[in-house]
Amino acid sequence: MGLMPKIPVAEWISSATEWITDTFEFLFDFIKNDFGDFIEMFAEDWLMNIPVWLFIVIVGLIAFFVSGKRFGLMAFSVVGLWFIANQELWEELMNTFTLVIFASLICVIIGVPFGIWMAKSKVVEKILTPILDFMQTMPAFVYLIPAVAFFSIGMVPGVFASVIFATPPTVRFTNLGIRQVSHELIEASDSFGTTGTQKLFKVQLPMAKTTIMAGINQTVMLALSMVVIASMIGAKGLGQTVITGLQRAEVGTGFVAGLGIVILAIIIDRFTQNLNTQRGE
Amino acid sequence: MPIIQVKDLSKIFGKQAKKATQYLDQGLSKDEILEKTGNTVGVNRASFDVEEGEIFVIMGLSGSGKSTLVRLINRLIEPTEGSVYIDGKDLAKMDKKNLRDVRREKLSMVFQRFALFPHRTVLENAEFGLEVQGVDKEERAQKAKDSLELVGLGGYINQFPGQLSGGMQQRVGLARALANDPEVLLMDEAFSALDPLIRKEMQDELLELQESMKKTIIFITHDLDEALRIGDRIALMKDGRIVQIGSPEEILVNPANDYVEKFVEDVDRSKVLTAEHIMKRPETVDVDKHGPRTALERMRKEGLSTIYVTDAKRNLHGYVTADDVSEAAKQEVKDVKEILRTDIPKVDKDTSMHEIFDVIHDSTVPVAVVEDGKLQGIIVRGAVIAALAGSEVNLNGSDA
Repeated sequence: MGLMPKIPVAEWISSATEWITDTFEFLFDFIKNDFGDFIEMFAEDWLMNIPVWLFIVIVGLIAFFVSGKRFGLMAFSVVGLWFIANQELWEELMNTFTLVIFASLICVIIGVPFGIWMAKSKVVEKILTPILDFMQTMPAFVYLIPAVAFFSIGMVPGVFASVIFATPPTVRFTNLGIRQVSHELIEASDSFGTTGTQKLFKVQLPMAKTTIMAGINQTVMLALSMVVIASMIGAKGLGQTVITGLQRAEVGTGFVAGLGIVILAIIIDRFTQNLNTQRGE
Repeated sequence: MPIIQVKDLSKIFGKQAKKATQYLDQGLSKDEILEKTGNTVGVNRASFDVEEGEIFVIMGLSGSGKSTLVRLINRLIEPTEGSVYIDGKDLAKMDKKNLRDVRREKLSMVFQRFALFPHRTVLENAEFGLEVQGVDKEERAQKAKDSLELVGLGGYINQFPGQLSGGMQQRVGLARALANDPEVLLMDEAFSALDPLIRKEMQDELLELQESMKKTIIFITHDLDEALRIGDRIALMKDGRIVQIGSPEEILVNPANDYVEKFVEDVDRSKVLTAEHIMKRPETVDVDKHGPRTALERMRKEGLSTIYVTDAKRNLHGYVTADDVSEAAKQEVKDVKEILRTDIPKVDKDTSMHEIFDVIHDSTVPVAVVEDGKLQGIIVRGAVIAALAGSEVNLNGSDA
């Protein structure tokens, strides 16, 4: 092993990160301050100002209609949310919810266009596939380190780390959804003289919708799974309570907060799945 | 001028297209080229013209290149060599924008597996071509409705394709293609995915529509019966080459080579051949000039038991039988009018053999082929049987 000195990969990456931090400081500061303020405002001034009972009623109603006027999802949502409120974890829930919503939104905004680009070009697909593999297999904790370097601690680095970890499914499923639109339908579209954009919006995206939505559902679930990890760098929410429970060895506290995450996960999952019903089927 | 002219159109699938086209020029076969270059010959220098308003059928077995050929015509597949002229402009050399315009305005396609958009209603499917052209909402809805009405689906506009049967789905496909009011309709095995009864119904309807629309239709099929039924002209393909182009009769009667002959061997000729093809030139007597004696003389000479009676302008008056004529001759009757029979079994030139069967079965005399009251020819039982057996058919009936 003495033949070659250790390659200083770690040092390179560290200095690269430092360089990025310094060079784009203005951008990171802007995101950290303005976007951070906005997220905080969303969670604390808007969501937390809605009376708990009203919030539960609204979610219950949406659940009722989204699930095709059935009572199951509505009952679960109402009871689940009431339980979290009862355990005095409402503020934490709102913070977690905010983090998941913002992270997922950014994932979709970034992920869908990349997925489309990937579907349209074989070269792009070949380049992006290993990058996506990398993003998903790298332990999520690792993302916390540059996140802190760029954005110090709080919600914003939490969102940042979640976005890196949770974007790949949206990209992959968008690509897959577009590629699996049948060849004959593409021919039909072409034979009527569609432009590339017309074909995308009138045929490919509508046909790929189910698959893309499945990808978005995965993205949301991954973002939610980052909640506990992100709270290690100060993202507020249910994850923080879990960490507190861990540090103080309070099994009950940790378990109840964990249960809150599970309830939120089930509600979000069923909501996004139910939204995913295709016309004409 | 023909609306579509295809000239030396070739398609090679594979990376060594140049080399393969050289081999094509040297006259190598599809298999030899595949062996030497690993490339597949899709279409091998096809040339033909399609006239405005005709149904031009391209027929061949699977792998013969017919589906590739139709996709070369609207350039869903890029040609390797050759030209496709539409209204005099070469589609193969057009830029993308012009190509799109041609596809939008001049060519519409109907697909084998319908290729309807499952997320769009029947109406929205029919609107697709107009929507792509940017026609405004009301106008395109109206045109799409008219076109759906035309194919008998006026009541289904808000259904989704998945809710319709195969036959109805293909009607939507047809309506979608017609809504654009294209000059040329490309139909790629349009009825092949339908069950036989529905297929026949659709063929009838297409022919009926064609009566009023007078569109130029290029119809791809692997079914010879279908080709013979709807085609004005048929191009037969084998291994990417066009083997023969001709009217259904020409293909049946004068197959260009063994391949075509084998192909048409099993065809139900009774559906294709008409009275014109099997009629004979009749022996007649002139009602004004000839008496029973002349008639008797002629019948003896030709060995006939009946003979048709016309005037100088070949207007058909009736027929006389041998028994009546010899009786009349004995009794010194001068005029054949007195023994004339008028219960003539008549058919048109275009009557199919199918219908001739019925007429000839009920009749003891040869069937008269009549047009505008004039006798064109006669059909005897022997000719019908001979035609079904595939021999003794003449394309120009009157010369026989």
